[in-house]
Amino acid sequence: MQNRTILAILLGTLVVGCSSTDTTEVIWGWYVIDPRTQQGWNNIVFLINGFSATIRLSVVAAVFSMIIGLIVVLPGLSENRWARLPSRIYVEFIRSIPLLPMLLWVFYGFPFLMKSMGIDMPIAPFWGAVITLSISDSAFTSEIYRAGIQSIEKGQTEAAKTVGLNYYQTMLYVILPQALKRILPALANQFIYIVKMSAFAYVIGMQELTKRAFELNNNEYRALEIYTFLIFEYLVLVLVISFFVRWLERRMGSDQRK
Amino acid sequence: MSKKTLAVEFKSVDKWFDDFQVLKDINLEVSVGEKIVICGPSGSGKSTLVRCINSLESHQTGVIKVSGAEVGLKSKKNNKTLTEVGMVFQQFNLFPHLTVKENLILGPMKALGLSRKDAEERATALLKRVKIPEQVDKYPSQLSGGQQQRVAIARALCMEPNIMLFDEPTSALDPEMIAEVLDVIIDLAKEGITMIVVTHEMGFAKKAADRMIFMDEGRIVETGAPKEFFNKPKTNRCKLFLNQILQH
Repeated sequence: MQNRTILAILLGTLVVGCSSTDTTEVIWGWYVIDPRTQQGWNNIVFLINGFSATIRLSVVAAVFSMIIGLIVVLPGLSENRWARLPSRIYVEFIRSIPLLPMLLWVFYGFPFLMKSMGIDMPIAPFWGAVITLSISDSAFTSEIYRAGIQSIEKGQTEAAKTVGLNYYQTMLYVILPQALKRILPALANQFIYIVKMSAFAYVIGMQELTKRAFELNNNEYRALEIYTFLIFEYLVLVLVISFFVRWLERRMGSDQRK
Repeated sequence: MSKKTLAVEFKSVDKWFDDFQVLKDINLEVSVGEKIVICGPSGSGKSTLVRCINSLESHQTGVIKVSGAEVGLKSKKNNKTLTEVGMVFQQFNLFPHLTVKENLILGPMKALGLSRKDAEERATALLKRVKIPEQVDKYPSQLSGGQQQRVAIARALCMEPNIMLFDEPTSALDPEMIAEVLDVIIDLAKEGITMIVVTHEMGFAKKAADRMIFMDEGRIVETGAPKEFFNKPKTNRCKLFLNQILQH
């Protein structure tokens, strides 16, 4: 009941705000993103152009995260505990570092480390963000892989062994294809997480959604309107991804029933 | 009997699962081409014994040899020997994400290095032999239990093994499907391949077995030709067991 009241108040204020486009109105300033005026339209285009960077960053980081996660998890499933150890340490260590400090370290700190070794290598904001996001996320991805792989019945591994497959062939042809199908929802979840975490890239100056909203607000001082728009941008992006994932799940699931 | 004619050999093999000893001083010699049926109460170590032959389980003491080569050693160099041994599981263990054909050709292509064309030829011929050539492009979940088990047999045969292991191949099947699977196994038995079958299907054992083995509490309690084994078992334990399963 309480939730509904809050929601009603929020929606109510929004509607009231949206209805007044008069620039003399002091409380609301939706004019900054009013598509009917040239300035409002320009602002919208400026904000929306951030999608490109956010999406590129998220997709590239997600792909790297999935690859690194796989490289980390495979020795982690070995029966040999010395082979398992590095993978365990990696997961525990990376998982415990918050994204923002890691981003600052990679972008501002790491180049100094390289310089001290005689390598002058400035990192572009895009790659700084990709490296940080994918490494940070890979600890979680590898745990998702682990859960998926361990959920496949032992008989599958045994059957693969009896037809002569070695460990990596068994993984590649028998276990992973089945595990991927099971962990797809969890991976999708993780991708949505990456999309949202990519907002942190604004602190290293990447021109993604959040950075643009931040910059526009510095000129316009319309925090409520601009950041509301920003939130809706993420909402739309995540909804589109969810929709796509549902479609993918249906498609992959249908393989067996066909 | 010269060493070369032995397909499988156990010499004083012991195996423990933690503190529990599952196999106790197992000694067994299986000649090439011999059909062995192993029976016994559940938990007697039958499956474990069979699974030691293709290294799905490892033993702690004693020696197991397959076609003269020792297996179950720490070094995992015995993969070559293992492709000589085919196995059929109680739960089929087909690969659910692959079609029947893909299930059959995976091993020959990846482990034996056959070309797709050669592997598919093998697969087609074998599916005919297990009498389901029309199911080639279906997924395992679309088949009945009996059909799935026949695909599993074909998958094992596709590696052209010298020895076939069957671990309770009909125990997970509905009664009306048991016959179709046993028929395929009996056909196979006529072809001179070495077979070790764990089963409680005594009708099948009488028809196909050269030798019966009765296990209880991790030991081989009794062994003999089917005729003597069923008509006058030597040990009381075996008599009791046979009475119980033959009553119905």
